[in-house]
Amino acid sequence: MYLRNALCAASALAVMAAGAVQAETTVTIATVNNGDMIRMQGLADDFTAQHPDIKLEWVTLEENVLRQRVTQDIASKGGQFDVMTIGTYEVPIWAKNNWLVSLNDMPSEWDADDILPAIRGGLTVDGNLYAAPFYGESSMVMYRTDLMEKAGLEMPDAPTWEFIKEAAAGMTDKDSEVYGICLRGKAGWGENMAFLTAMSNSFGAKWFDENWTAQFDSEAWKTTLTFYMDLMTNYGPPGASTNGFNENLSLFQQGKCGMWIDATVAASFVTNPNDSTVADKVGFALAPDNGLGKRGNWLWAWTLAVPAGSDATDEAKTFIEWATSKSYTELVASKEGWANVPPGTRTSLYENQNYLDAAPFAEMTLNSINAADPTNPSVDPVPYTGVQFVAIPEFAGIGTQVGQEFSAALAGQQSVDEALAKAQALTTDEMEAAGY
Amino acid sequence: MATQHSRSAARIMMAPAVILLLGWMLVPLTMTLLFSFKKYLPLRGGDLGWVGFDNYIRFVSSSAFWPSVQATLVIVGGVLAITVIFGVLLALLLDQPMWGQGIVRILVIAPFFVMPTVSALVWKNMFMDPVNGLFAHLWKAFGAEPISWLSEASMQSIILIVSWQWLPFATLILLTAIQSLDSEQLEAAEMDGASPLARFGYIILPHLGRAITVVVLIQTIFLLSIFAEIFVTTGGSFGTRTLTFLIFQRVLESQNVGLGSAGGVYAIILANIVAAFLMRIVGKNLDA
Amino acid sequence: MARSVTQQRKAINTVAAWAVGLLIFFPILWTILTSFKTEAQAINDPPLFFFFDWTLENYAVVQERSDYMRFLWNSIAIAGGSTVLGIIIAIPAAWSMAFVPSKRTKDILLWMLSTKMLPAVGVLYPIYLIFIRLGMLDSRTGLIIVLMLCNLPIIVWMLYTYFKEIPGEILEAARMDGAGLKEEILYVLTPMAIPGIASTLLLNIILAWNEAFWTLNLTAAKAAPLTAFIASYSSPEGLFYAKLSAASTMAIAPILILGWFSQKQLVRGLTFGAVK
Repeated sequence: MYLRNALCAASALAVMAAGAVQAETTVTIATVNNGDMIRMQGLADDFTAQHPDIKLEWVTLEENVLRQRVTQDIASKGGQFDVMTIGTYEVPIWAKNNWLVSLNDMPSEWDADDILPAIRGGLTVDGNLYAAPFYGESSMVMYRTDLMEKAGLEMPDAPTWEFIKEAAAGMTDKDSEVYGICLRGKAGWGENMAFLTAMSNSFGAKWFDENWTAQFDSEAWKTTLTFYMDLMTNYGPPGASTNGFNENLSLFQQGKCGMWIDATVAASFVTNPNDSTVADKVGFALAPDNGLGKRGNWLWAWTLAVPAGSDATDEAKTFIEWATSKSYTELVASKEGWANVPPGTRTSLYENQNYLDAAPFAEMTLNSINAADPTNPSVDPVPYTGVQFVAIPEFAGIGTQVGQEFSAALAGQQSVDEALAKAQALTTDEMEAAGY
Repeated sequence: MATQHSRSAARIMMAPAVILLLGWMLVPLTMTLLFSFKKYLPLRGGDLGWVGFDNYIRFVSSSAFWPSVQATLVIVGGVLAITVIFGVLLALLLDQPMWGQGIVRILVIAPFFVMPTVSALVWKNMFMDPVNGLFAHLWKAFGAEPISWLSEASMQSIILIVSWQWLPFATLILLTAIQSLDSEQLEAAEMDGASPLARFGYIILPHLGRAITVVVLIQTIFLLSIFAEIFVTTGGSFGTRTLTFLIFQRVLESQNVGLGSAGGVYAIILANIVAAFLMRIVGKNLDA
Repeated sequence: MARSVTQQRKAINTVAAWAVGLLIFFPILWTILTSFKTEAQAINDPPLFFFFDWTLENYAVVQERSDYMRFLWNSIAIAGGSTVLGIIIAIPAAWSMAFVPSKRTKDILLWMLSTKMLPAVGVLYPIYLIFIRLGMLDSRTGLIIVLMLCNLPIIVWMLYTYFKEIPGEILEAARMDGAGLKEEILYVLTPMAIPGIASTLLLNIILAWNEAFWTLNLTAAKAAPLTAFIASYSSPEGLFYAKLSAASTMAIAPILILGWFSQKQLVRGLTFGAVK
């Protein structure tokens, strides 16, 4: 190991010495440690080969740490990063503060019109595009075809919540550690609240009414949370209140979940035979509904954006162009296979027969993304946009605290009523502090 | 021996350290105080003007405030109790003659070197995970239902993790103190027929007074501000939101710097109350 | 032999102490073992102890993803730099407190310790703004200064307790021989205090090495130490115990080895003047 490290260090020095000959611009990229971004980092040699005058520095952090770092940096104009990985929640808020560089002048080969309209709409503020989607996702039902068969049930393409409950009951076999349903329980606005907010939409619940009054005291929220708790306590895995996306992914890959309603990007992980023990037994369906006209699926994209304080704006754009281009997709496909390309951003990908053949989940992913409506998320009209979030600066803080109350309820530390009452109180409080 | 000359020299020599620390304390503190009287929301344009004591009132009247003070004190108190009690017992054990004492000491001291982030990650995932954790395997092996440690016993779990990190520290200080104990005194007591318990209560424990004080003082300073252990494991859920963590949520998650700064001022006040309390005891004990 | 002990008693002590020692050490041992397993073996039920196919694969993956040497070097520079700088500043202060005590000495000492109780989160924004102004974000210099200030109270206090144990007569003798203040500190005091300084150095390097708030929040790429390295391995997608273990082992190994080799000095250092 030491020899290897020494060699690495030596070769790194040699590379640096060679690179120092020409004037180099350093582009510092803050990104999240998700599989697709790690892959991007691994493939970055392709970019530096094309652009020897640009040096890439990677700051790869776990999602919560990343979010805290980039928000802190952009809010106080620290200028530490040239490219930031942010989500569809941050983009409109930051763009309104003029914190992001517009990407309108991306070259025509990059083909902005190819970006899926639902995703592009969320990244556009006043007609200007402020971030380039790296991958996009909605949520859907992933289920074990073998367990469904064993339970004597058949999953429709568009199930209802009642059916999900029936199926969960049928598939649960706690003695052999198979739990009918795995859902997010870990507190966080991007964890359990992403799921619950999207779910609540299909139950007719909403965060705020048109006067920005918190709605956790509504009957619809109570039904939502009661239904969720009922599912999870009877058919969920132990310790569900600390399970987020990653924990559930791991459970599903180990064959411990009958169904999992979560991000569509997970589809390529659960069907990858290298990581998943159930790769060939997974089926997909749209997120459930209750017949009220809205489904419980969200819309999200991880995007790359250039902060206004960057001192390497052009180089940063060059990098973003590379990372979100069609040719990057082809690069990944040639190295890792079509099933592993970053999904959910471009129309052309869903017209590519190679991709459709390699990715059995492609159609359902596209349908789910198209079924989400961020401007009109709930059954009733609401004053905000965002399906599983509310696009106001205060939401991250409020969402996480509400998430903690719901998570505590799932852990059995308080009742549904208590959790909702606390959520209502703290949301009202925070909204007041923000001046609504 | 302290001449006028050496006094002024002493003052000059102390100056760099004192001035640096004064700056380190005053500059951020002044800015924190300043922010705490402002409506300061970076995501809504930054400084939105003076608001008087609004932030202070809002911070305390929030339903999260008192539970967070309580959580802070429970964690600090819990860890102190565990590390001192087990530290004394462990120190007594390690003081006994045995084979391989050096190696055992190395084993015991090791957790102190592990960074808090790493230890939190390791405990959370590899031990306390209700499905794949080692504890879950162990529970299942005995036919018991695995416990979801971080949600069902969140406080205990965090106290366990933090205690694991600080037990070596306490043990080592206490061990050194025990080793410095005059063994003739113990022998004399033994000859007089004092029971082991009596010897412990009347000779060893009083001798350890100073060492225990130091353990309590130093650990309290570090424990009041523990952050990584909570951030990594529960993220403040399940009643583990300490005052430090609450401020973190206000400043970084809600991006309400004014409110968070007011919280920071409260935390400083709390720290000073604890400090004053400790200093009184320590001051006395250090003189002795 | 002051305390006569039977062999049997010694055997019992040995067994008990080893059991407790191994129990305390177990989480670290388990992490190291897991780092040599495959991801599937890492979560195997029943857990695998020694009989699995040892592999270095995880280390290779981690090294490929993040340049370990750079993080390591930053950690060494920041922890070492801040401690050495702190000691240089603290020696004169501790000297004057120990040998020219005034009524206020203890107050100053306790005040210094109390600055450590300021909650770091509360002053993050101010410090961040100051750092932007000074252009010190993501620089090793900036972190060295901040961590030095964080640990200065502990350093001063530790040195003070060592210096106080040095008999004043020696200094007076030196002064009789015509030694000035500088010579006194450099040639008389410092050599006598070397063990104490060494302990202080060690303890504070450990504290600085493990500091995870400022090192994470004030760095990006260039100055990021091992605490940032580890932040990219917590809960990624899919199975990750083995990789997390490898990264953890890499992050703690240098300080663990340093600590073990120097544990005698460290143990002495940890007494904080509590033991005469």
